[in-house]
Amino acid sequence: MSMVTSTIGQGLLWGILGLGLFLTFRILDFPDMTVEGTFPFGACVCVEALVHGVNPFLATLLACGAGMVTGLVTGLLYTKGRIPILLAGILTMTGVYSINLRLLGRANVGLLNRATLLNLPRLQQLPQGFASVIVGLVVAVVAIVGLALFLNTDLGQAFIATGDNEKMARSLGINTDIMKILGLMLANGLIGLAGGLLAQNGGYADVNMGIGTIVIGLAAIIIGEVAYGELSLTTRLVAVVVGSILYRLILLAVLQLGFNTNDFKLLSAVILAVCLMLPLLQAKFHVKQLLHKGVERP
Amino acid sequence: MSEALLELKNISTRVNLGTKEEKTILQDINLKIMPGDFITLLGTNGAGKSTLLNVINGTLQPTSGQVLLQGRDLTGMSEVKRAKFIAQVFQDPKLGTAPRMTVAENLLLATKRGQRRGLRMRHLRGQMAAFKERVAQLPNGLEERLQTFVGDLSGGQRQTLSFLMATIQRPELLLLDEHTAALDPNTSRDLLQLTDDVVAQEKLTCIMITHQLKDALKYGNRLLVLNAGQVVLDVRDEAKQQLTEKEILRYFAD
Repeated sequence: MSMVTSTIGQGLLWGILGLGLFLTFRILDFPDMTVEGTFPFGACVCVEALVHGVNPFLATLLACGAGMVTGLVTGLLYTKGRIPILLAGILTMTGVYSINLRLLGRANVGLLNRATLLNLPRLQQLPQGFASVIVGLVVAVVAIVGLALFLNTDLGQAFIATGDNEKMARSLGINTDIMKILGLMLANGLIGLAGGLLAQNGGYADVNMGIGTIVIGLAAIIIGEVAYGELSLTTRLVAVVVGSILYRLILLAVLQLGFNTNDFKLLSAVILAVCLMLPLLQAKFHVKQLLHKGVERP
Repeated sequence: MSEALLELKNISTRVNLGTKEEKTILQDINLKIMPGDFITLLGTNGAGKSTLLNVINGTLQPTSGQVLLQGRDLTGMSEVKRAKFIAQVFQDPKLGTAPRMTVAENLLLATKRGQRRGLRMRHLRGQMAAFKERVAQLPNGLEERLQTFVGDLSGGQRQTLSFLMATIQRPELLLLDEHTAALDPNTSRDLLQLTDDVVAQEKLTCIMITHQLKDALKYGNRLLVLNAGQVVLDVRDEAKQQLTEKEILRYFAD
């Protein structure tokens, strides 16, 4: 049971990363590779701050701020430097790797016996695994409510319009460069925050912990969409977090079947690839009808 | 004569500067557009019509020359900033609207054309009645579809919406780049009629590119023909009314 609880907790925390990725991947409509640098950057900044005795709340906010900085860098490279977004993200991600190494001084740093957001005295009274659920739930709810409100402001609508039709947005006087930078900062701020929280949950930061994070974020988005179907923008944010939890549960189930933990990333990629192909598979093999009617016997 | 609304002074644009492919698109254009002018702009493909509109709307900086709006120098000002004064409808219905937003959301964006967009809530509900009233006056049944995603509309509906979006906040200058060319004949006729009505009602200043000689003669009070980057014909009012298709075609020759 505690394994399922902590899996749900992890799902919630990874869901925050999913929310960040949703802003760029689904709203601005481009893949932002910065994620793989931002996530460990948030983790490293947070862990270093904690190791130096910074208050856990502040350390977590610093992780978010660090994420916004990487978003800003990618945004400037992309809009002002006219570098294609994929390359801009990869450049930032690569550069941040060295910064992370400098920050930690070595490949990884643990948080042994340090005060973190996840071992606050109040949370320690809860059964094992519940701390991550509570923290994940609180942060995810705040993030979803905040984003939903933002997307319904004039600025938020201009941000959505930028991703939907840039030419139209510009002709209506929307500065699309600023919208893209803003979106990248918000998105990476959330991703840095997720990095900080997951580092506190796992008890360490590692310079290599970013590898494959974009796949995890995309899996949350896609699984949420497959599970829920067509939704309003606000409900789609909830679907991302639910998708993230479902994805963690699928991984747990797969591991329970006896797969090696070394194969985790391969399994992640396979699961995401299958989810991405679901609409095609549905159309080709009428999966939905099959599920509803069962296979007809000859 | 009163002051021009838009003035183009010695506008030239050249592309691929310093290479073998260097080419002049617009050649020393001088043009004064008066308030209330409804101009139909004709010319063969490559004559420079779209380039001229792009120089006016700010997506293209001229190689030399000045763009003045009510005496204010707009040269060097970005398209985004010019949106405060200038509204546009493009040829492709897909370019003027946001497909994953609803009709009402698109209209709301358009009501704030050129304004600062801050963290105030959008208040879509308060505007719905006004939008419904505006849309009800349009030809092709958008009234019941305010909550529909624009991507689910027909090309004609999208283009009608684009036109409404361009005019919902009165622009100083309206630019129409062959805005009915991608539509079927009936829808095209309806939208042209709507254009004519709205331009007259709101007393808009408008430049409309068209390839249809009939439309160029029927609509507007002034007609321009562009050939090889130069204005080769500029007639207005009575002189325009007496013009025939045959006479216009003479100006198309090389």
